[in-house]
Amino acid sequence: MAVFLVLGAFFLVPLFAMFEFSTRGNSPTAPRTLDSWSQIIKIPELAKAITASLELAAITSIAMLVLILPTMVWVRLRLPTLNRVIEFICLLPLVVPAIALVVGMVPLYRWISINVSDSILTLSFAYLILVLPYTYRTLDAGLASIDLKTLTEAARSLGAGWGTVMVQVVVPNMTTAILNACLLSVALVLGEFTFANLLAFENVQVAILYVSFVSAGTSIAVAVASLIFTFTLLLILSFVGRPRERVAAAEEAIFTAPAQVGEWGMRA
Amino acid sequence: MTAAGSPAVSTTAARPAGGGRRLPVAWVATVPFFAYVGLFLLLPTLVIAWGSFTTKGGNLTFSNFTSINQPYLVKAFVQSAAISAVSALVGAFAGALLAYAVVTGNPRGILRRAITSAAGVLAQFGGVTLAFSFIATLGTTGIVTQFLMQHGINIFPNGIWLYEPSGVTLVYCYFQIPLMVLVFLPALDGVRPQWREATESLGGSTWHYWRYVAGPLLAPSFLGCVLLLFANGFSAYATAAALISQGSPIVPLAISNLLTSEVGRAKPGLAQALALAMIIIVLCVMVLYAALQRRTSRWLR
Repeated sequence: MAVFLVLGAFFLVPLFAMFEFSTRGNSPTAPRTLDSWSQIIKIPELAKAITASLELAAITSIAMLVLILPTMVWVRLRLPTLNRVIEFICLLPLVVPAIALVVGMVPLYRWISINVSDSILTLSFAYLILVLPYTYRTLDAGLASIDLKTLTEAARSLGAGWGTVMVQVVVPNMTTAILNACLLSVALVLGEFTFANLLAFENVQVAILYVSFVSAGTSIAVAVASLIFTFTLLLILSFVGRPRERVAAAEEAIFTAPAQVGEWGMRA
Repeated sequence: MTAAGSPAVSTTAARPAGGGRRLPVAWVATVPFFAYVGLFLLLPTLVIAWGSFTTKGGNLTFSNFTSINQPYLVKAFVQSAAISAVSALVGAFAGALLAYAVVTGNPRGILRRAITSAAGVLAQFGGVTLAFSFIATLGTTGIVTQFLMQHGINIFPNGIWLYEPSGVTLVYCYFQIPLMVLVFLPALDGVRPQWREATESLGGSTWHYWRYVAGPLLAPSFLGCVLLLFANGFSAYATAAALISQGSPIVPLAISNLLTSEVGRAKPGLAQALALAMIIIVLCVMVLYAALQRRTSRWLR
């Protein structure tokens, strides 16, 4: 019991403290105020960074599905010997610390900014690597739970092309896994700091740090907001557009999704 | 969706399965994946390896590695290792205790569900947000600092330790403990109650059970988890970056300072050598972790 009390305090007090800090007035005696919160939209730098981070999250999720899912399906069906190689490669980013990987990416991004684009959205190339291990595991679990071979053979024998097989057979049969993979990607991208900071892009986490030098209250308000946003996103996404009987499965998905991230963490 | 894969595929689809000639065609569908991974994962790794052994002019050199032997960089490695080790050990013991409390409870109960899902969320909670939550708690104007101050307790008698390595260690525990719960729970779940009953029927006490049965069975997993937590703490950058604004007391901060200082003072070669050293250390730790996990799975699972 004592264990729960001590650890509970250790984990809950900082979360509460953050909220408390963001509602402070200008002086110790000033009444509680939401000024810090209303400042969020008044700082253009912050609004821009939040938009960029949301766009990055969307791009990374879609790119992840387009690049990784077909490859995984294809390898399972046609090149099973490659399965271990793909798994090894996908889990590799867990072993290479992000701060080390970014050192190698600096020259690459210098080249990209000169020859392709210097937009912050190019960060999604790096983020795709970052989410690779988590999405691989989620999608792998999803693929293992369906009889992929029979499903695709049935669809193929009825004359479906591979595109149709992917979109109309594979994807609808593993919506939960795909949703999970997207949630993880969004959560990871919104919390990412290392790549953005060292490649000199201003995503929401970097912006929070910069704003804190000027207005601590506002930056902490954004931090609280981003936390609440991530948590609610996990809830909303898994309930929207699902049949009633699937709600229970979706609920299960929310509880297991963060557990998979836990393996290596958002701070990467 | 399969824009890159499908055209190559449809030409072979009509042929009977199992022909040796289709193998190269089947590989074509994996080209986008390998090309991407090659460009953004393997190439950066090669850049690090290549850059750390060459000078700016492209000549082979070991000077980047010999210049790691500077007092402030050696100190950074020692401090990085100390922070990771202490936070890993504290995290491992507290996390194992919590996991044990969870396991002894109802396996389908609300407590277990609440703690595992909270651990899942908190283990990924890190970076700038985590640093800020501790600044709001234990910073000079933090809620706990202020509260204790009003009751005559000054937690910073010798300076503000929150922004020093000891503070970073404390903050790291915030994600190390939940991570330990997540990775150690499966091992604890593998311990069967029958083993305890068998010990007792043979006349063994609780001490005997822990010393000769559960202890030796769980030890590899526990050690493995400590290693995983160590690697986790060693690789962490964002949290420390938000807490410590000056100097390079730990390796990740040293790397970022070497990369981002103004042109002329930046030393990419040295940064790459440090990055390579980090990768090698984490790789060794993770290989050991994998070996210990394999040993654990012999009995527990």
